[in-house]
Amino acid sequence: MTDPPRESFRLSMLIYDTRYRSLTIQVVALFAFMLLVAWIISNTVQNLASLGKEVEFGFFSEPASYDINQRLLDYTSRDTHLRASFVGLLNTLVVAVLGCITATIVGVLVGVARLSRNWLIARIMTVYVEMFRNVPVLLWIVFAMAILIESLPSPRAFRGENATQSLILNDSVAITNRGVYVPEALFSRSLGDVRLFGESSLRFDVSLDLIAIIAVLAASIFAFRRIRNWAERVQNETGNRPTTWYFQVAVLVVPIFVLLAALGFHLGKPELKGFNFAGGTHLRNSLIALWIALSLYTAAFIAEIVRGGILAISKGQTEAAGSLGLRPNRIMSLVILPQALRVIIPPLISNYLNLTKNSSLAIAVGYLDITGTLGGITLNQTGRELECLLLLMLIYLCISLTISVFMNIYNKRVALVER
Amino acid sequence: MSDTSFVRTEMLAEQDPPPTSVGVIGWLRANLFPNWWNAVLTVLCLAAIWYVLSGLLGWTLRSVWTAGSLSECREVMIATWGSTHGHACWGVINDRWLQLLFGFYPPELYYRPILALLLLIAALAPVLFADKVSPRFLYVTAAYPFLMPWLMWGGSIWTPVGVAAGFAVAYLVGRAPRGAVPGLVLGILSAIVWWMAWFGFPVQAEVLAAGLGEGLAAISPDTAPFWLETVESRKFGGFMLSVMIGVVAIGCSLPLGILLALGRQSNMLIVKAICVGFIEFIRGVPLITLLFVASTLLNIFLPPGTNFDIILRVMIMVTLFAAAYMAEVIRGGLAGLPTGQYEGADSLGLNYWQAQRLIIMPQALKISIPGIVSTFIGIFKDTTLVSIIALLDPLGLSNSIRADTDWNGIYWELFAFIALLFFIACFGMSRYSMYLERKLKTEND
Repeated sequence: MTDPPRESFRLSMLIYDTRYRSLTIQVVALFAFMLLVAWIISNTVQNLASLGKEVEFGFFSEPASYDINQRLLDYTSRDTHLRASFVGLLNTLVVAVLGCITATIVGVLVGVARLSRNWLIARIMTVYVEMFRNVPVLLWIVFAMAILIESLPSPRAFRGENATQSLILNDSVAITNRGVYVPEALFSRSLGDVRLFGESSLRFDVSLDLIAIIAVLAASIFAFRRIRNWAERVQNETGNRPTTWYFQVAVLVVPIFVLLAALGFHLGKPELKGFNFAGGTHLRNSLIALWIALSLYTAAFIAEIVRGGILAISKGQTEAAGSLGLRPNRIMSLVILPQALRVIIPPLISNYLNLTKNSSLAIAVGYLDITGTLGGITLNQTGRELECLLLLMLIYLCISLTISVFMNIYNKRVALVER
Repeated sequence: MSDTSFVRTEMLAEQDPPPTSVGVIGWLRANLFPNWWNAVLTVLCLAAIWYVLSGLLGWTLRSVWTAGSLSECREVMIATWGSTHGHACWGVINDRWLQLLFGFYPPELYYRPILALLLLIAALAPVLFADKVSPRFLYVTAAYPFLMPWLMWGGSIWTPVGVAAGFAVAYLVGRAPRGAVPGLVLGILSAIVWWMAWFGFPVQAEVLAAGLGEGLAAISPDTAPFWLETVESRKFGGFMLSVMIGVVAIGCSLPLGILLALGRQSNMLIVKAICVGFIEFIRGVPLITLLFVASTLLNIFLPPGTNFDIILRVMIMVTLFAAAYMAEVIRGGLAGLPTGQYEGADSLGLNYWQAQRLIIMPQALKISIPGIVSTFIGIFKDTTLVSIIALLDPLGLSNSIRADTDWNGIYWELFAFIALLFFIACFGMSRYSMYLERKLKTEND
């Protein structure tokens, strides 16, 4: 018997011995990566030096001197670039939230309709899905914009004795080629606003009326659920469920109506003044076009997800639930949907993410979102490409990562608990 | 006594089903009018279809096909139908379709993009329909990445030949040493040395190469054999540009995505961190910001004085973007494989790359076909975004056509034409993926 050969470390083992090879590869990879980063940074420094630029963010406090016509917050062209970017960021979030809501509604309806027993409805929905999925979203956005501008009546058509157009929905909504005018909520005994962040560029007016409404609604819903829980407890103990529905409805409805009456709530309808409408809220074409196009485009993808989710639940589940004596709507809500949602939600959220990222195409129709302000006009006016673009990417990255974090939390919650 | 009870002794003949449940009527009853609210919906749908189709078909078919400008179109419409409303003016497509397809590529050189497209089909055929097309076409596939730029941009053939020869040198040198890693490193190094030698001394290389070809020395580049007239990038445009960016991004993103996915799955911490960081960064930002980087920032990141082509920069960015999405799709496929496959490969004594090539990838890629193809479709659609950074893809061209006084105010015909082109390409891809899934489906799954 001979002893096993003594282990001695040779340099070639760094390459040929699988125990050390991964270490070598990692060191080489780290070294190469750092080399690449250093190379890019040194190039950037050299290029910026030759252009006579420095990396600094002082331009944010200079006046922006451009207008943003669709906005949530007060803003004038004398405000700073930081203010403009902030308004733009809110515009991005507005169109993203609006788009996600409508896309979900349309997508779920279409997805269910594609499974309809009615042959014609299923076919029409298939055509819709294929049409929107196979044509670029940018084309849909500019197409929607062209439809709004070219085919809607101008405000002039609403004017005079023999007007060819009239406001719809009880004289409260005007659809024109300059945008849609909808009534705004006004309070004659308003509680006023609270201004956050003083007079800085991030100042933010919060309406106390809105907060009061939200608080009352939350309290109502809380009371509603307490009553339901109480009824459930009584049913569990005695076997008889107390009749509470009128009480529950009253708890939901009465406080909010009392509050609205106390605040003097009324609608400010748009009215034709001169060549244009005044009063009400003006939703510009750019916002509407972007909203419609993004919603319909994303809805086509959501429809496929919903359809796939429902089809993924095997037929045995329905039959088993039926054999337990559940009725069809209870089967849907208790057995099929909870399982289908586990399949549906993750891709649904990644579609929300896509919609948010696609909202950066707003620049094609002139809706000033964060890309249009920070990455568009501010960039061109100040010539600070590096700072603007890096910040823009960072903001989008933050939005995406926030959404992914929520998705991961949800995935953890609904993950199957395996024995 | 008569027995009134009756016992049938023979089977009754089979009866036909009631006429309302078979044939056309049965189908209609089952699928369109099963109950009253479905009947109402069906009628409503029919009315909607009638409304849309009558408007759309009337607009499409009762239209003007030959006109030099929108006003001319309108005159013809007034003369024929008495109104300009509800009639398409396809004159703009008739007038500008070459531009929408080729951009401002010189018309006398149109044969080059067409040849490139035909070669693309020849190159793709053995890959897409492996069982129907002779594998000899794979030579075209191998040569295509080098032929395409030469055909499109023109110039001397020695440039693509030099690049291709670099890969050949890398392959030959990389085979020499034992083991994958040193082979890879040596191969890459030798290729870099080769390219520096070839392109660092272009005159010598050209003369030398031309000398080989012609048996003569000192030939000026313009008369060198296989010299193609150069076409500048700013003349590229139209659907040709979309297809070019799309094909390059699709072709390069698949291998890059596989590498990124493997890196993300690997248990080497640093490699994994780099891959995860890259993928999450790219997937977290919109493509348009990456295109802004391509158009304004990329020159700042590169050594002073570098100024390379905008189309090339866009292609690089779109490829990186596609690769990150591809990596996630393939990671899904890898995660879908049972651990037994990895262990089985190990127990056969295969090393990492052999296991990936022979066991893991064929299965993982098969699972991820739908995701891969929908990423391809997404990338091809996203090529329209280059119009925002002022490249003349079909959408960008539609704006410049509208800026012409002849066609000022024409929208729907251009949009319809562009949408149709994209629809055909994307719908074709999605149908192909379904065909591929059916073909690769085995009994066991």
